[in-house]
Amino acid sequence: MLEVDKDTFEAEVLQAEGLVLVDFWSDGCEPCKALLPDIEALSEEYGGQIKFVKLNTTQARRLAIKEKVLGLPTIAMYKGGAKIEEVTKEEAKKANVEAMIKKHL
Amino acid sequence: MEKIYDVVIIGGGPAGLAAGLYSARAKMSTLILEKEKTGGQIASTEEVANYPGSIQHATGPSLVARMVEQCNEFGAKIEKDTIKEVKLEDKIKVLVGEKNTYHARAIIAAPGASPRLLGVPGEKEFTGKGVSYCATCDADFFTDLEVFVLGGGDSAVEEAMFLTRFARKVTIVHRRDTLKAAKSIQEKAFKNPKIDFMWNSTITEIKGEGIAEAVTFKNLETGEITEYKASEEDGTFGIFVFVGYIPQTEIFKGLLDMDEIGYFKTDDNMKTNVPGVFAAGDCRVKSLRQVVTAVSDGAIAAVQAEKYIENNFHE
Repeated sequence: MLEVDKDTFEAEVLQAEGLVLVDFWSDGCEPCKALLPDIEALSEEYGGQIKFVKLNTTQARRLAIKEKVLGLPTIAMYKGGAKIEEVTKEEAKKANVEAMIKKHL
Repeated sequence: MEKIYDVVIIGGGPAGLAAGLYSARAKMSTLILEKEKTGGQIASTEEVANYPGSIQHATGPSLVARMVEQCNEFGAKIEKDTIKEVKLEDKIKVLVGEKNTYHARAIIAAPGASPRLLGVPGEKEFTGKGVSYCATCDADFFTDLEVFVLGGGDSAVEEAMFLTRFARKVTIVHRRDTLKAAKSIQEKAFKNPKIDFMWNSTITEIKGEGIAEAVTFKNLETGEITEYKASEEDGTFGIFVFVGYIPQTEIFKGLLDMDEIGYFKTDDNMKTNVPGVFAAGDCRVKSLRQVVTAVSDGAIAAVQAEKYIENNFHE
């Protein structure tokens, strides 16, 4: 999974062609750390069709708020620079993320 | 033939981990099943100051990591799976999970509790968009912003204090005119210059476009309605909800005795109404739901499970 930050988010996500999945996480977020292996497993499976990136919001707080992300974990999908769907908090589980991926493939 | 474990524990919080540790140490084959993150609620707790022995570096995650290490050392297996159904009628109990089916001679149910929702319009819509149940997860989004904390118990007041490290101001909104939190915690909160109180009040609605931008409060004594709107510069604010917990006992409904809220009824030895099925931790009817009582439950449940197996499976 590609690690993006507040400087590279624009180019890697908003300017990217095709589908991008963003894992918003932070250092203090234990549920995020528990979810990460599931997202990495999904990136193994769907990485050919979707670009998987992760953003540590600790150093990108304003960017996260601009993307209307104020809670973690949040897994969002982008297409053509716009957020098309996301799952957050309790809903951010492997099965729900996979369902979201399949919907947009 | 499927492997039959001596003990399968549902839940990897302090109760489940303590049960796992005692069970594995008694040489019983032990499996702990956790659906999300090991540690349960304390995994997202910044400071665990009231667990005996946990003075230095006593964060929730560090305490959990030590418990997990101890479990592993004694040979308990920890796996990630969500149990969908339990079959308790036969001598060998069956647990049907999302990934696998498990067989056990004894079960220790330690599923814990999850945060209770406020149940007001906008709460679901703005979860992760200003509304949160996890301060350690989301606090830094609210750096220099306003934050409202709902509730008056230990968690509400402790999390409010944690949030003052980030937020410009934290207002504790409580239904009553006194806090329920422990006196020592209250004292700290009253001394904290960043904490304000809104007594006899609750939230009635949360509004906004994509993120929380406005919230209405109701004074339960006078009926007065007030609104808070985020300034243009702030753009948003935080609402952290700590108004109690709901036991995660749904899969046992109709199988195990519960009170009207859904907490398991057990005896002093953690026995439920079904032989070979024990309950431990926050899921149980009890007067104090803390790490220290959860691990105690877990230890008792494991010892009782060992006795049960000895009496029922070994001649």
